[in-house]
Amino acid sequence: MVAQAIAEPITYPAVGAALDIERVSHAFDIDGVALPVLDEVSLKVEPGEFVALLGPSGCGKSTLLRLIAGLEQPRSGTLREDDIHIKGPHPSRVVVFQDPTLFPWRSVWNNVALGLEAQGILKSQRSRVDAALELVGLAAFRNAYPHQLSGGMAQRVALARALVNDPKVLILDEPLGKLDSLTRITMQAEIVALWQRKGFTTLLVTHDAEEALFLANRVIVLSDRPARIKADIVVNRPYPRHRGDPHLAGLRKQILGLLGLDATW
Amino acid sequence: MSTYLLSDGVAAEAGERPRGRDIFGWLRLTGPGIAAAAVWVAFGLACLHWEDRGDWSQTRSVGIAGFVIAALTLFGTLGADRLGKVGDGLRQRVPWLLALGAFVTLWEVATAKFAWLPLPFFPPPQAIIEVYTDDLPKLLDSVLASVKLQLGGYVIGALVGFVTGVSIGWSRSVGYWVHPVLRFIGPLPATAWLPIAFFTFPSSWSASTFLIALATGFPVTVLTWSGVASVSSAYYDVARTLGAKPSFLVLKVAIPAALPHVFVGLFMGLGASFAVLVIAEMIGVKAGLGWYLQWAQGWAAYANMYAALIVMSLLCSGAITLLFKVRDHLLVWQKGVVKW
Repeated sequence: MVAQAIAEPITYPAVGAALDIERVSHAFDIDGVALPVLDEVSLKVEPGEFVALLGPSGCGKSTLLRLIAGLEQPRSGTLREDDIHIKGPHPSRVVVFQDPTLFPWRSVWNNVALGLEAQGILKSQRSRVDAALELVGLAAFRNAYPHQLSGGMAQRVALARALVNDPKVLILDEPLGKLDSLTRITMQAEIVALWQRKGFTTLLVTHDAEEALFLANRVIVLSDRPARIKADIVVNRPYPRHRGDPHLAGLRKQILGLLGLDATW
Repeated sequence: MSTYLLSDGVAAEAGERPRGRDIFGWLRLTGPGIAAAAVWVAFGLACLHWEDRGDWSQTRSVGIAGFVIAALTLFGTLGADRLGKVGDGLRQRVPWLLALGAFVTLWEVATAKFAWLPLPFFPPPQAIIEVYTDDLPKLLDSVLASVKLQLGGYVIGALVGFVTGVSIGWSRSVGYWVHPVLRFIGPLPATAWLPIAFFTFPSSWSASTFLIALATGFPVTVLTWSGVASVSSAYYDVARTLGAKPSFLVLKVAIPAALPHVFVGLFMGLGASFAVLVIAEMIGVKAGLGWYLQWAQGWAAYANMYAALIVMSLLCSGAITLLFKVRDHLLVWQKGVVKW
């Protein structure tokens, strides 16, 4: 149903960027001791792909996302966006975090306007903010403050705040992790619809195998810390997908096996 | 189902309310107002009936004022339904009006009429009113001088404190140099600088401005600093991925996020600066309410002291109310704000 609704008006050309992660290693200093979190991770992402990074809690998935976002620099290795070296954050790669981290002192509209304001182009492009709010279905809440929103609504605002920048890469760091299961299911479908409509490259960190398989073209399974790539699974199923799809169920069993959780199957 | 039951209940309530409960309800609503009016009549009678034990010119007018208040309370209470908002406000404040009336009556009787309290030290209400009518120019001059001094010092202190706090919170090198100075000088009460300030500054006015600014600046600096330092790094991450430059991070992320802390500092600074203001005026500056208090004590003019104290407390409380208004305006986004 979602696919039908969004299949006709493909008004946006595919804008996704390619990502090239080459032998990236990273470590944290904890009390002077280097704690390795990423070990020689190499990954190529095609423009417009939806890649899910799946791994046990604390394995370094989120660190990889922070490196791709440019919030931190790796100890070794290189990261490139369309052959350009990633040296710092750029609005073409926007992150949606697990917490919505809306600025509580700004109204919903002003939160969404944040990126355009920071780039100094808000005055001429105010309509983009309205359009982004429309996109996530929260136009009526433009003047509300974050504390007046439910968890799902807040995360939708965070999504609009990211999308208003027309990113080439959308980085989702467990964005649905704290939502109730019903809101989660609705928003999973919404994210697929937005991705199909806008064509950006999407990276999703999650530890929910079912979510990864429902959303992504490719599922990268990571090992325990320090994270290494254990498997690169192509999910070749059309959208909209169904949770009961036996092919997905088979893949899920395979993934849980890789994570050492096949006993629960 | 529930809607039906609810409307049914309302209809029954309106239709067959027993007559006796109606009178009790009316009494419960207007009783306190009538009592308050009675108390103020008692005050008026007390003023006019007994002879004063001293020489006060305003006894008659104070008594008449008591009757006027009583009349306003009575008519306001009986016609509260027709007065709308004013009526509701009056109804809410009636218990206070009653208590205040009782207090003034007791005060009047205990001082002017029977002198149960020793007289020069405990002047009656009419003596204080007399100060406001007879010594008004000098009192107003003092108010003006105090407000000017306080405002100048407070604004300077708040601005300097805010800028310093943001700089320490933001820049490590500023923190390295300013933090030890702040630790060393900050906890010193501003009044300890008084003797030095009065001979190093060219005028007592500039010395007092400096001291008030100092008393304000310290809490504002520390709280602004802690506010900026405690801003969650997630906010900076979000802003940076959206393309924010360092100036944006300071002005649009750090400062708004720290603002609730800044206001705590501003409130603490206001309280501290009041104390410095009064002491500076009592010791060095030859103007202002602190000086007026000192002067009144020199002449044993106790009524003038109470009169000045009342004005002072109105000013201080007004300043704090104003600051709360500013805060509520700037921090509308906070829920569950503290009420003043």
